[in-house]
Amino acid sequence: MDLTQTLEIATCTDPGMVRSHNEDSIAADPANGLVVLADGMGGYNAGEVASGMATTVIVTEMRQILSNAKPYQVDEKNNQEIAARLVRDQVLKANTSIYQAAQSQSQYAGMGTTLVVCLFYDNRILVAHLGDSRLYMLREGKFRQVTRDHSLLQEQIDSGIITPEQAKKAAHKNLVTKALGIDPTVEPEIHEYPTKTGDIYLLCSDGLCDMVDDEDIGMTLQALGGNLKLAAQQLVQMANDNGGRDNVSVILVRVLREYPGAKGVMAKMFAWLK
Amino acid sequence: MAKLILSMDGLVLKEIPLTKERTTIGRKPHNDIQIDNLAVSGEHAVIVTILNDSFLEDLGSTNGTVVNGNPIKKHFLQNNDVIELGKYKLKFVGEAAPAATGEKADFEKTMVLRPSAMKAAAAAAPGGGAQAAVAQRQAAVQAAAASAQAAGIADKEPPKPAPAPAAAPAAAPKPGGQPLGAIQLLSGGNAGKELELTKPLTTLGKPGVQVAVLTRRPQGYFITHVEGDKRPTVNGAEIGAAPHSLKDHDVIELAGVKMEFFLKA
Repeated sequence: MDLTQTLEIATCTDPGMVRSHNEDSIAADPANGLVVLADGMGGYNAGEVASGMATTVIVTEMRQILSNAKPYQVDEKNNQEIAARLVRDQVLKANTSIYQAAQSQSQYAGMGTTLVVCLFYDNRILVAHLGDSRLYMLREGKFRQVTRDHSLLQEQIDSGIITPEQAKKAAHKNLVTKALGIDPTVEPEIHEYPTKTGDIYLLCSDGLCDMVDDEDIGMTLQALGGNLKLAAQQLVQMANDNGGRDNVSVILVRVLREYPGAKGVMAKMFAWLK
Repeated sequence: MAKLILSMDGLVLKEIPLTKERTTIGRKPHNDIQIDNLAVSGEHAVIVTILNDSFLEDLGSTNGTVVNGNPIKKHFLQNNDVIELGKYKLKFVGEAAPAATGEKADFEKTMVLRPSAMKAAAAAAPGGGAQAAVAQRQAAVQAAAASAQAAGIADKEPPKPAPAPAAAPAAAPKPGGQPLGAIQLLSGGNAGKELELTKPLTTLGKPGVQVAVLTRRPQGYFITHVEGDKRPTVNGAEIGAAPHSLKDHDVIELAGVKMEFFLKA
C-alpha cells in the first residue's frame, strides 16, 4: 500500500552554528511509510559515515523487503506480525555494517550513531530507537515525548538521583548508553502505538531538544502545523537562534487519513487459502 | 582538529584540516597540499601531527620555509602561526584555538558510555595513533566533565526562563535585550486592540483561510506566510515565501484586517 497520499513528510537538517560538518543523516521513504534519523559520532568524518550507513542500510533493505511483503502480515512460525521483526533485523544489519567498518578501518574506530526509525502501517506507528535521538508526538493539542533516551542522564532521572529540572542544567547531556555500531550486537527498543488522523510526529536529533525547550517545540508545531515544511525550518532556526551548538535535524510526519492494512474479507480469505 | 588556511595576497584560497599524521606540502601533485608555484620546491615541507600537536619540518627546500618571518628547519606550530611559501601564506589554526569553547564543543559531542567497547575498538585498530587518540579523547572527556562539574554550570547558558504568564507579559524576558514588539489592530471588529508579541511565535489569521506567523528572533521580528491562498501584505506589498523582516510602524494586512507593527520603547 502506497502511503504517499496518507502521510505528509517534511524534513530539515542543518550543521548548526558551531560545527563545520553535519554528522546527522535523515532519510524518508514516504511510499513505505518509513522515516529514519541518525546522529553519528566519532572522530573526523566517521560520525557522518556511521549515520549515513545507518539510514541507507535501513531504508534500502526495508524498501526491498516491503516490495513483496506487508508489515502486518502474520508470520506463521510465531503467529506474530512481521513488522517489529523486520525493523529489528534491519537495525541489526546496519549495526553489523557499521561495526565491521569501524573494526576494519582504523580511521573509523569507535564510530557509532544514535537512531530513530518509524514505520507507519495499518493505522499504527512502530518506533525503534537507540540513544538520545527522539520521537515526539502532537495529538489534539497535546505535545509529548514518545521515546525515552538511552542516556546516562535519563538513567539518573529514572533512578531518582537527579530531577528533570536539574537534568536541564546537567553537564553530561551527551553520554548515551546505547548506540548503533559500537558493539557486535545491539538491542533496539521497539514499541508500537496506534495513530490518529491529524497526529504530527517529530523525529529529532539532540541538537534540537538540547537547544529548544519542549514547550517551545510543541508551541511551534501547534502554531505552524498547517505548513509542515515551514514548521521544520522554524524548528531548526530556533535551535540555531539559541546557539545551534550541535547539528540539528528534524523529520515531521503528519497523518492525513486512515491507512488500515488489508484486513477485509478478501484478505482473510486469502490468508485462509494459504 | 587543527587546520591550515591557505591564502595569497590576503585572499583565502582554502582550508585544509590536518587529519593525517603526515601532511606534505610541495609543488608536485602527490603532495597533500599542492602549491603550484615555482618558489615552492617539489617536496617542500611536511607537517607531522601527533594528537593535538603539529610540527612543521622543512624538507631541504630551495627557498626555505618561513614561520612568522623567521626561517625555520623544524618548528612546533602554535595557534595563528603563519607559514610563508613564496607568495603563499598558510595560517595554522590549532585545535586549542578558542580554548574554552574548543573544550566545550568537544565535550558536547555525543559519546557512547562504553569504556570497554572503546578500548576494544582501540585495541583492534592497528594504528597506534588511533589508539592513543581514542584514549586521549576519553581522557579529555573525563577531564572536561570534571572541570565542567567543578565549575558548576557557570559556563552553561542560563536556563531559559519559562514563558511569562499572560497576566504579566511585561515581565517577559527580552532575548538579547531586543525591544518588545507589538501589533495594534487598525480595522475590523477589534480595531484599536493591542497585542504584545512576547512569545517566540504568534500566529495570526483564521486557520483554513489565511494564517501567518510572527516570529521573535534575536535579529528582530519576522512575518511568515503559513497557509491560505492569499499571502499577507506588508505596507501594501505581498510578502514572499521567505520570512519577511518587520520594521517599526509596518502595516500588515491579513485576512482583510489591517494592523500596525511597532516596537515598544
